Amino acid sequence: MARTPGHALTRAAQRRREALLGYVLVAPALLVFAVFVFYPFAKNFRLALYRDKLFGPGSEYVGFSQVTDVLGSADFRQSLWVTVVFALMSVPLGIFLGLALAVAAHQKLRGIGIYRTIFASTVASSVAVASVIFGTLFNPVIGWLPWMGLNPQPPLLQNPDWALPAVALVTIWQSIGLSFIVMSAGLQAIPDEVMEAAQLDGARPWRRFWRVTVPLLSPTIFFAVVVGGIFAFQAFAQVEMLTDGGPIKRTNVLTYYIFTTLREGQDEGKAAVLSIALFVVTLALTLFQMRILEKRVHYAQ
Amino acid sequence: MGRVAFDHVTKRFGDVTAVDDLTLDVADQEFLVLVGPSGCGKTTALRMLAGLDDPTSGDIVIGERVVTEVAALDRDIAMVFQSYALYPHMTVRRNIEFPLRSRKVPGPERDKLVADAAASLDLGQLLDRKPAQLSGGQRQRVALARAIVRRPAVFLMDEPLSNLDAKLRVQTRAELVELQRRLSTTVVYVTHDQVEAMTMADRIAVMDRGLLQQVGPPQEVYAKPANLFVARFIGNPPMNTVAGKVVVSEGTTSVQVPGGRLELPPAATAAVQERDDADVIVGVRPEHAKLDPEGPLEATVAVVEVLGHEQHVICRLADETLFIVRQPNDDVPPGTGIDVRISVDTRRLHVFDAGPGGHRLESD
Repeated sequence: MARTPGHALTRAAQRRREALLGYVLVAPALLVFAVFVFYPFAKNFRLALYRDKLFGPGSEYVGFSQVTDVLGSADFRQSLWVTVVFALMSVPLGIFLGLALAVAAHQKLRGIGIYRTIFASTVASSVAVASVIFGTLFNPVIGWLPWMGLNPQPPLLQNPDWALPAVALVTIWQSIGLSFIVMSAGLQAIPDEVMEAAQLDGARPWRRFWRVTVPLLSPTIFFAVVVGGIFAFQAFAQVEMLTDGGPIKRTNVLTYYIFTTLREGQDEGKAAVLSIALFVVTLALTLFQMRILEKRVHYAQ
Repeated sequence: MGRVAFDHVTKRFGDVTAVDDLTLDVADQEFLVLVGPSGCGKTTALRMLAGLDDPTSGDIVIGERVVTEVAALDRDIAMVFQSYALYPHMTVRRNIEFPLRSRKVPGPERDKLVADAAASLDLGQLLDRKPAQLSGGQRQRVALARAIVRRPAVFLMDEPLSNLDAKLRVQTRAELVELQRRLSTTVVYVTHDQVEAMTMADRIAVMDRGLLQQVGPPQEVYAKPANLFVARFIGNPPMNTVAGKVVVSEGTTSVQVPGGRLELPPAATAAVQERDDADVIVGVRPEHAKLDPEGPLEATVAVVEVLGHEQHVICRLADETLFIVRQPNDDVPPGTGIDVRISVDTRRLHVFDAGPGGHRLESD
């Protein structure tokens, strides 16, 4: 086909105009990101290199010495450990319970919708509400524990051994709703015929669950583990409301540590280092999950 | 051992009766095809046989056992689904093995059975692939291998060929019949395709709106459809059906239809005369009619379909009713729009009641 130069030129011009329109449309979003994400993110790295002066206002450039000091401190290691334990306590159990409820509700029964609504309902309650509810239940005077005859000393939320599990429990309860919804959606995506084939192939319910349902649900489970992990590393409100990081820093998760460093210590540089550390740890965890766990995921083609 | 029976089985979903009082016996080693249009209840019947749906009332028998209350996984059956329902995360080998592993068949025996099943369906090269890497025909064979691997007494198949292309479908049709003969098992096969029913079945069972219409060998159902529904459903091109009125004069009984008068065969004459109602529907298979200048029926040629091995001359009668005449390909096709006359092999005429049931009028 012969193409006149004039024709080609119009097409190039047209393409340029289209590109320009694209940039114009993206600009507002880019601006918002620049101001609220990119700039603070970059600023944070800069803050990490400056240490607050011990006396007087302002800060001075100290290079990486602050980074090594903070990351080498016992407080940081302890906080990281608490965060990891918290994630290990809350994420797998939250997913497991969500999956169990989803399997239980995945039936064609009259009135099953009511159960689905109940199971999903915690997604509509905020962390703050969940914390207030459980804070009340855990209350050593008016709560359920004394009513059930349990009265740990010191009281649960002040108990060094039980404070973190208690906070994790609140988190699990709160995450069940989302976990249930995600797992239910995953279950619905499994073709009925495949489950029926497994039934006719003589597989009992337990075998059907482990050999068919779980593998076919693995993309969903993987998604829930990654997102749940990120949420767990960013959990803050439940600690702030229930334990204030105590007792003896046993619930001092990284976000709370950052918060107190900034609010009580007024130490911008140190808080910046901790923030970067949280970012790197979360990133590393997610990459690890994608590299290792994802190998066991069966994506449907 | 492979006998299957429905004993007054009814299935209702809310207000809808999917299967209405179905009683049907399938003999051991028989290839029975349940055929009907979509929504006729054939798949529901099969699912009840499999144990995937529970009958509202009635009993299901497999072998000598009433299995109505027996769970699907404890019935000695295997099923091939329309979608094949392979396990996407397992290799072909694992898919075929799955029913054996579920029943705890020991390793060496399992390997042998899998190898046999794979060999008989020509899957040896594909054992380590996953379903996503297979073509439609290969997946279908894996589904079959998974079904035959544990030698069930009864095979259930739900439209197993409908996802294959036309050429492969014809080939697989023959292979399925061969496979059934070789394994000597009972097959209950569901399809909406009357060609599959005619070509594969020992007996076909025609269903419509939940009701069993007729059961019998394909030739019998074709030659003597029990009612209008069966007459129109079985056969391609479909049987011509024309409404008419019975006329008795000078010792002969005939039916006045638009464009002419057709004489009735003796078998129908008696049955027609016993009735008070003169309204009937006459059925003529396209191969039992021919273009004939002396014929009693006037028509106008609408379209001629030349298929290569035969021709379908599609005509319109005086009242616009379509009437198809099937003729050899050697005949000169008539021009469209011209008026023709049609003669009919009156011994092969079918007469049906004009009422809602449309049952066949014939005395033995």
